[in-house]
Amino acid sequence: MMSEDNLKESGRSGAFIVSAQKRKMQKLAKTGGESILLLIASFVAIVVLFIFYFVAVDAVPYFQLRGFREFFTSSNWYPADEPGEFGALAIIYGSGMVTLGSTLLSVPMGIAAAICLSDILPFSVRQYAKPVIEMLAAIPSVAFGFFALVIFAPLLQTHGGPILMWAWWILAAPFLLLAVIILSDLLTAKIENQNRRQQISLVLLAVFGVGALAFLYWVGSVLQGMEIITGTNALNVSIILSFMALPTIVSVSEDALQAVGRDLREGSYALGATRAETIVKTVLPAASSGILAAVILGVMRALGETMVVWMASGNSSHIPEPWFNYLEAVRTLTATIAGDMGEADQVTGSARYHVLFAMGLLLLVISFICNLVSERIVVRQRKILSGQ
Amino acid sequence: MKTMKHVLLLVAFFAVVLSSPLSAAGKSIVLDGSTTVGPLAKSFAAYFTKKYGVRVTVSESGSGNGAKSLINKSCDIATMSRAMKAQELAAARKKGVNPLGHTVALDGIAMVVHPGNPVRNLTKAQIADIYKGRITNWNQVGGPNARIVVIQRESNSGTQEAFKELVMGKTAQISKTAETQSSNGAIKNRVSSTRSAIGFVGLGFVDRSVKPVAVNGVLPSPLTVRNSTYPVSRPLYMYTNGQPAGSLKKFIDLPKTPDGKRMIGELGFVVK
Repeated sequence: MMSEDNLKESGRSGAFIVSAQKRKMQKLAKTGGESILLLIASFVAIVVLFIFYFVAVDAVPYFQLRGFREFFTSSNWYPADEPGEFGALAIIYGSGMVTLGSTLLSVPMGIAAAICLSDILPFSVRQYAKPVIEMLAAIPSVAFGFFALVIFAPLLQTHGGPILMWAWWILAAPFLLLAVIILSDLLTAKIENQNRRQQISLVLLAVFGVGALAFLYWVGSVLQGMEIITGTNALNVSIILSFMALPTIVSVSEDALQAVGRDLREGSYALGATRAETIVKTVLPAASSGILAAVILGVMRALGETMVVWMASGNSSHIPEPWFNYLEAVRTLTATIAGDMGEADQVTGSARYHVLFAMGLLLLVISFICNLVSERIVVRQRKILSGQ
Repeated sequence: MKTMKHVLLLVAFFAVVLSSPLSAAGKSIVLDGSTTVGPLAKSFAAYFTKKYGVRVTVSESGSGNGAKSLINKSCDIATMSRAMKAQELAAARKKGVNPLGHTVALDGIAMVVHPGNPVRNLTKAQIADIYKGRITNWNQVGGPNARIVVIQRESNSGTQEAFKELVMGKTAQISKTAETQSSNGAIKNRVSSTRSAIGFVGLGFVDRSVKPVAVNGVLPSPLTVRNSTYPVSRPLYMYTNGQPAGSLKKFIDLPKTPDGKRMIGELGFVVK
């Protein structure tokens, strides 16, 4: 009833009449609200810029004092000596080694787990499985570190050989099996005769299979005979870090796989693809940018982790011999910053203080580049997918 | 009613937040520094709180951190397992702090190995060579054929610097392959679980999980540290800003009291 009256009052247009003062108030509130939101949003960006700024401000004096050469080319890290030596090469190498190791372990596991969660397990199982995997992320890193130092390191020392052998069998056997099948298929693909092809394929399969088995066994026995002298080494940390990166990788790539959507999957099924073909040829390519983002997040988690590497990497600043020896202790950038921060104040030798900021800046730059690269790849992938 | 309750809660919260630092600043003592002195500082703290009702906070972050805290005036007493360096003293003067060292006890640095390691005695020169990386296998010093896992402390450790000074000489460099642990406890833990490891800890940390090695034929013990026959021993310090007064003085004087001496002995340190 009332609205009818109002309508009549406001004439034909039917618009609400608001008094000038009220309109002014509304406009003010609108600008006020928007600027507050802008402030909050830009605050985050500003914080990042400030971190960059302050780390850089304290890092630059180091390079002014000692130049770039020693930091990047020497592996003599004796910051407490008089005069100190600040060769960070071995430490940078250690960071890279641990990050690479954990990535090699966590990425295949993580993506496989994500595929399993999104496309293979029934919905009811997934509902419980995903939160459990994500719980891994809630475990504080110091607990991981404690486990690595107190339980895993002694275990590696006492049962290192058998552990390595079993890990080799479990990880390598499926890949070799797959490789054997694909190889024998490829070699026989050109034979026209169906029967002969099958026969030759079987023979090849048997030959390659025996070869692969012998290879597996040989490497396994070599590994079993190995003795791990020190359990706080790059391998230990890589394994623990891969578990820490796992929830990130699984969760983000599972989201990416989910985002591919039903229509694409059903389209693929409708064209006669099997479930495996759908996953490998349709779902994975469509979700690849998201999976890449997941991988890069996982890598950065491993690169930036401090507590675990400080506790369990052994912290010895040398490049292992030979260079790929994961059974030797290494030292990482993050652990060095944490470990040497204590005494390195402005008051006690400035190069020693600033070199830690130089390391921090290096870490920042690396993760910045990582982010940039992943951003580029994601954008390009999106263009390809939508442009087709 | 509900808003009233919220307001009251808020007021109570602020009251707690505001009052706690005030009350703490008036009647409490803050210690920071050496992990070696840590156990002693803690038992002194518990005793002192019980006897005089003064709250004592003990942090263990390494001697270097202790010095830093004292210079930055964020602690009242810096516990240190080495003397302050000239640089630190200079930095303190610049900030208007006048560090004054008080020797609280003597301590031996015990060289420890895994209990299953048959090596019983090492000379000072052998230990120095092990840490310099010149001796890398236990069979070079009469042990089994196994690579030596050398474990040292972080650079902010007073024990590390005292070890270097007493065993290796000031300018010698510890081998790059040496592993690093961040506390006495961590070294003990690593040595007790690693068959071919060698490390060094304060005498008070030696227990049955590790085996102390005789240095130049002398086993570390309170007796050999006091009569200076054990070659790797050093005094432990507490540093205050200027002459201590009031409850701070009482705390610093604890090692001279019978109870203080008893606690020093119980923890495996040596009364000066």
